[in-house]
Amino acid sequence: MNNSLYNRRRLINAAGLVVSVLAMGFGLFWLCWILWTLLVNGLPALTPAVFSQMTPPPGSSGGLLNAIAGSLAMTLIGTLIGTPIGILAGTFLAEFGQRGWLAPLTRFINDVLLSAPSIVIGMFIYEIYVLKIGHFAGWGGALALALLVIPIVIRTTENMLRLVPVTLREAASALGAPQWKIINFITLRAARAGIITGVMLAIARISGETAPLLFTALNNQFWSSNMNQPMANLPVVIFQFAMSPYDDWQRLAWAGALLITFSVLTLNIMARVLFRQKVASH
Amino acid sequence: MNLENTAKPKIVAKDLNFYYGNDRALKDINLSISEKMVTAFIGPSGCGKSTLLRTFNRMYQLYPKQKATGQILLDGENILDKSRDLNMLRAKIGMVFQKPTPFPMSIYDNIAFGVKLYENLSKNDMDERVEWALRKAALWTEARDKLKHSGTSLSGGQQQRLCIARAIAVKPQVLLLDEPTSALDPISTAHIEKLIDELKEDFTIVIVTHNMQQAARVSDFTAYMYLGDLIEFGDTSTVFTNPKRKETEDYITGRFG
Amino acid sequence: MTTALREADHKKHSLLDSLFRNLTRAAAFGVLLLLAAIIVSLIMGSMPAIHAFGFGFLSSPDWDPVNNKFGALVPIAGTLATSAIALIIAIPVSFGIAIFLTELSPGFLRRPLGVAIELLAGIPSIIYGMWGLFVFVPMFADNVEPWLNSHIGVLPLIGPFFSGPPMGIGVLTAGIILAVMVIPFIASVMRDVFEVVPPLLKESAYGLGSTTWEVMWKIVLPFTKIGVVGGIMLGLGRALGETMAVTFVIGNSHELSQSLLMPGNSIASALANEFTEAYGELYTSALIELGLILFFITFVVLSLARYMLYKLGLQEGKAS
Repeated sequence: MNNSLYNRRRLINAAGLVVSVLAMGFGLFWLCWILWTLLVNGLPALTPAVFSQMTPPPGSSGGLLNAIAGSLAMTLIGTLIGTPIGILAGTFLAEFGQRGWLAPLTRFINDVLLSAPSIVIGMFIYEIYVLKIGHFAGWGGALALALLVIPIVIRTTENMLRLVPVTLREAASALGAPQWKIINFITLRAARAGIITGVMLAIARISGETAPLLFTALNNQFWSSNMNQPMANLPVVIFQFAMSPYDDWQRLAWAGALLITFSVLTLNIMARVLFRQKVASH
Repeated sequence: MNLENTAKPKIVAKDLNFYYGNDRALKDINLSISEKMVTAFIGPSGCGKSTLLRTFNRMYQLYPKQKATGQILLDGENILDKSRDLNMLRAKIGMVFQKPTPFPMSIYDNIAFGVKLYENLSKNDMDERVEWALRKAALWTEARDKLKHSGTSLSGGQQQRLCIARAIAVKPQVLLLDEPTSALDPISTAHIEKLIDELKEDFTIVIVTHNMQQAARVSDFTAYMYLGDLIEFGDTSTVFTNPKRKETEDYITGRFG
Repeated sequence: MTTALREADHKKHSLLDSLFRNLTRAAAFGVLLLLAAIIVSLIMGSMPAIHAFGFGFLSSPDWDPVNNKFGALVPIAGTLATSAIALIIAIPVSFGIAIFLTELSPGFLRRPLGVAIELLAGIPSIIYGMWGLFVFVPMFADNVEPWLNSHIGVLPLIGPFFSGPPMGIGVLTAGIILAVMVIPFIASVMRDVFEVVPPLLKESAYGLGSTTWEVMWKIVLPFTKIGVVGGIMLGLGRALGETMAVTFVIGNSHELSQSLLMPGNSIASALANEFTEAYGELYTSALIELGLILFFITFVVLSLARYMLYKLGLQEGKAS
């Protein structure tokens, strides 16, 4: 037995493990640092006015009401458009995709779209929609967000349907139930919690998206309930206000950043907790 | 029981208890494994035979909720002692698993992997060691021309012999075999059983098996376990032909289990 | 009587079955259509620029809206440089995190820590950008860049990459922030693929007396290397296309500079900054061509990533 060799091995092991602990600390360090910065800068700026007043011109006080409303509206509509399409396509991949080229190809393309740069999606909607109608519009923003929702929902729907035990389908089949009924009333229902998780994660993802909105909804300094007009939204307001030289605007940007981050993280955590409970109860 | 007392004990378990969380999986086990003999653990699944085997090299320590109490003496030293160096212990006690587990590397490197952990051998010495281990494992003639091929390119039975070669290349004193033939066809199984017979010249062997005929064929001593208890332990011919306990007889004659 | 009813029922159901099947098929087909539409619209939008500049677009460092001269070299270089820096930092850190989460962490911490790392991926990119600009950039300019200047900037060969005024913003800063953003993606893929390694394989290596580090480095990593590379490519895909975080801190300059401390530009941040303000057909078209290039690069990288992860899945299926 070679002692110096053995000591070297132990040293390398210890060093490797220490580095791995440091790496973990490194990751947590950034998370804490970013969240801490947001709290320190965002909390003092988070006044009631933020929720009750419109975005102000530079130098006067105001809030983020129109931006919050616009973000909610576009996120909601984007989710409403994207979710059904995603569930349908995901169902196809899981239930009808055993044969043929369509399912594997779609699965592959969908996985690529899942991580495709969102700014390109924004450009695409600009090209096919904003240019055609001649001005920026809330609908454009909602559409761009919908295109981001679809791949996420497809992926989770397929995954969750695959987790449903085959025996459940066979049992329903043995009763003579037609396939559309089996899928709609048995398998999709059994996978419901997982699919809802996916939708929540999709909402979390699009609520912070800025790039695709820059070219579609753009921004609006005033209240707008017309989806056919440029529409204020939190991410773009944060972008413009943070990059501005005005103190008031920067303060509002921090308030908005705090709001967005904590809503997104809360959604993320809720989705995980919900998913774990449902999966554990099965 | 006489043979047991004449041979030198290699491993002795004293009041050994084992817990998965709060479940007690081994209950006050006391037994002694004789040097350069083959000892078989048999019993129905869940009886604790694999668990017992895995305490001998403290493999259970990989999993946070598992713990053993009592003593396991290897040449008189307690290996459950926390201060015992785990890697050194495992250099002395080799293990082969239910399924072949070739590492994702060539046949040669699979065997050199373990040796390199403990020794700095020259290329020549390493070549010799690899050949020695492969010969011992009766794999040399089949593998000599494809030492650079991936270990996964071998057949299942060959892979298992590769794993045995890998374990003995380190020159351990004890070889733990955890149902080594359960995933193999009858011909490969026969190969391995013959091998076990040859290996006991150099190594103390402990084998867990669910196959009673196998235990009868290869082992000198047999321990019958049930629900975490060691029911009967003695030399194999006595246990199989003239068991002292009713439970053992029931199991061996197939009335139960 | 009942048979007639059953017959009608059966007809209705098989009609509904095929309706439903075709509805889902149409939705799946829509995904392919979407991809085709994106590519076609980007190509059509870039036609004027393609006609005007040809392949020279890729190698020209010009970006002069006044004289209608455009080239993609600076943003392409910036995109590649920031992503490379991000990967150089993120790969070892992610590996460490994955080892920690699979092998070292006490059981009760494993989940919360895993979620914490995933939350890092949940923070919107604009927040990274804003935090980078207001917190990281000043800190970096005051504390780190002067040190880099005086210690590494004077070395031969790599020195020129680290010299220049310590402004805080620039390619290096963007790369570091990108690294933090892609760490959770790479680390969670690594953790997931490490967890599929058969326990017996690890036990065999431990059984020979290997240390944890040896098991990870010599057994687990080679066993999962396709998946690990796939995860890295996934992170690369993210880094290449990341927009807002980079836009805040890269400096948005179309000057080509050797130093990583100087402002630069990436494709995505050029788009974010200039697209809505571009005037004239050629300017817009040049930007769309940039978008096309970005989409093409990320598409190739992400396809490779998926291909590798699929391959690992197959290999794993075979082993079990």
